[in-house]
Amino acid sequence: MSLAFVIIAGLTAASAVAAMALRNLVHCALSLVVMFAGLAGLYLQLGAEFVGFVQVIVYIGAVAILIVFAILLTRGMEQPAPARITTATPWAVSIAVAAFFVMAGAAVNSRKFEKPSAAPALQASPGTSKQGASAISVKSLGVRLMGDYVVPLQVLGLLLTAAMIGAVIIAMPERKGEGGGGEEVDRG
Amino acid sequence: MTALDQFPITLKHWMLGLSFWPDWLQPILSALLSIGPIILVFALLFGLVTVIERKALGRIQNRRGPNRVGIPFTNVRLAGFGQFIADGIKTLTKEDVVPRAADKVVHFLAPIALVVPVMLAFAVLPYGRNMVALDLPETGLVFFFAVGAATELSVFMAGWSSCNKYSLLGAMRAIAQMISYELPLILSTLTVVMLAGSLSLVSIVQQQESTLALGIHAWNVLTPWGLAGFFLFMVAAAAESNRTPFDLPEAESELVAGYFTEYSGFKFALFFLGEYFGLFAICGLGITLFLGGWTAPFAFLNVVPSWIWFFGKLAFLIGFFIWMRGTIPRLRADQLMNLAWKFLLPMTLVNMVVAAIWHFAGQAGWPGVIRWLFCAAMILGPYWMLGRGLETKVGKRVYRYAS
Repeated sequence: MSLAFVIIAGLTAASAVAAMALRNLVHCALSLVVMFAGLAGLYLQLGAEFVGFVQVIVYIGAVAILIVFAILLTRGMEQPAPARITTATPWAVSIAVAAFFVMAGAAVNSRKFEKPSAAPALQASPGTSKQGASAISVKSLGVRLMGDYVVPLQVLGLLLTAAMIGAVIIAMPERKGEGGGGEEVDRG
Repeated sequence: MTALDQFPITLKHWMLGLSFWPDWLQPILSALLSIGPIILVFALLFGLVTVIERKALGRIQNRRGPNRVGIPFTNVRLAGFGQFIADGIKTLTKEDVVPRAADKVVHFLAPIALVVPVMLAFAVLPYGRNMVALDLPETGLVFFFAVGAATELSVFMAGWSSCNKYSLLGAMRAIAQMISYELPLILSTLTVVMLAGSLSLVSIVQQQESTLALGIHAWNVLTPWGLAGFFLFMVAAAAESNRTPFDLPEAESELVAGYFTEYSGFKFALFFLGEYFGLFAICGLGITLFLGGWTAPFAFLNVVPSWIWFFGKLAFLIGFFIWMRGTIPRLRADQLMNLAWKFLLPMTLVNMVVAAIWHFAGQAGWPGVIRWLFCAAMILGPYWMLGRGLETKVGKRVYRYAS
């Protein structure tokens, strides 16, 4: 465990806790962003440059903005509600714990990937072998995505397109004259 | 001539080679010697550009720009080019006013979250032959866009934490504009990546160093897809860096100063700095991808040092942006979105197809002129049709609530 790992992992975990514990929703979203950045840092530390930078583009550049927009458009600037423990709390905690163990078990028992041949060199000199390892990964990532995984990719694209069309239809203002009272229809 | 060309590199190596540095200090020193000049050069450029911009806008608007401040306690005026030092001292000594209702922590962090990623973007740009602070051979371009994406959130942080309606409106406008124009920006660069087969900015420049006929360097802008891509890129870049005609987020006639209305003193200067640094970085990327980076236009001009070419092109593009700011009026929000989604995005997609055709036509051995004209026609057709589609949208505006 290097010092950099301790710092990044600590920051990631702390901001994840903060994202759940803070009362102001925008603060939660911002600490979530710190957690995303920490994850990107962990990826970079593992030598996965491409995944790390894409993590920043997708999660900080897009997902975080989406969350923030959703908060602003739905909640406004109202005062945060005080914390309260309801009957649903134990259920929520148990579901979260169960989900964690299922995912952790899946990760631990998953098929071990063969160690790349550059692995011993990685510990010796991170500067040179890191570039070698990622040189394989970016090209092969693209080839695999367009070859082996092309069907899941297309299905994902189709799903996202359908979601986008649905969002557009929901957001579309209804035409005047259909219900007679134009003004009420527009407000909805 | 290579001595002058590689002068910054040799200087750095000479300083590193001095015997009195301990071994453990060498990597840190090497990094500092790469970072220091970049920050110094661009900070100086920032100062000069603020003065030049004000003078040029004054000239365009038929008035005098700043022309008084020179060297203090003397009569030397330097045509007003001492202005940026006076401005810097002023912002440093000004009172830092934070609104009482503001979210203090986020308000404080927003300018930092803007300036730090923007400065990181300078790390991957090649300023000259062998002159790049951080060469990422597989992910250079992805790194640039990653740090660019990180700045969007700082705009939101500034606008939201100020607890001011102008700030929030400006931030919402800025984010909507940035995420809309990020798509054409990235897609227009993809053509270069496709044809170069590399995400490394260094190797993209090196590929443009090869010569065509008559010793002309094979800049990407000389191909039909490169020309179209360059213009698409510059339009999207202007929008990303909030320059006129896309300066809606800080439209001073409507929103005071947009998302940094509630900032004063040095924090305001940091936002100013971040905007200009973002402009420099994105111009540098445009130069690297389309205008041949540090290569000269003709082979016989290679005697001029490579870094002079880079900064010369940068100065040209910045001048172009200043000129645009002085002459083009601001777009309306709906026009802004129409341009991004109905014109720029389809054009970038068409451009990608054209780039692929260019590649395969080259492999099939088409003669150069026919290949050029065919690809240009394939771009001009959609350009004309999409442009007509935009024009028909500019009609009498229908007011739904105000009439």
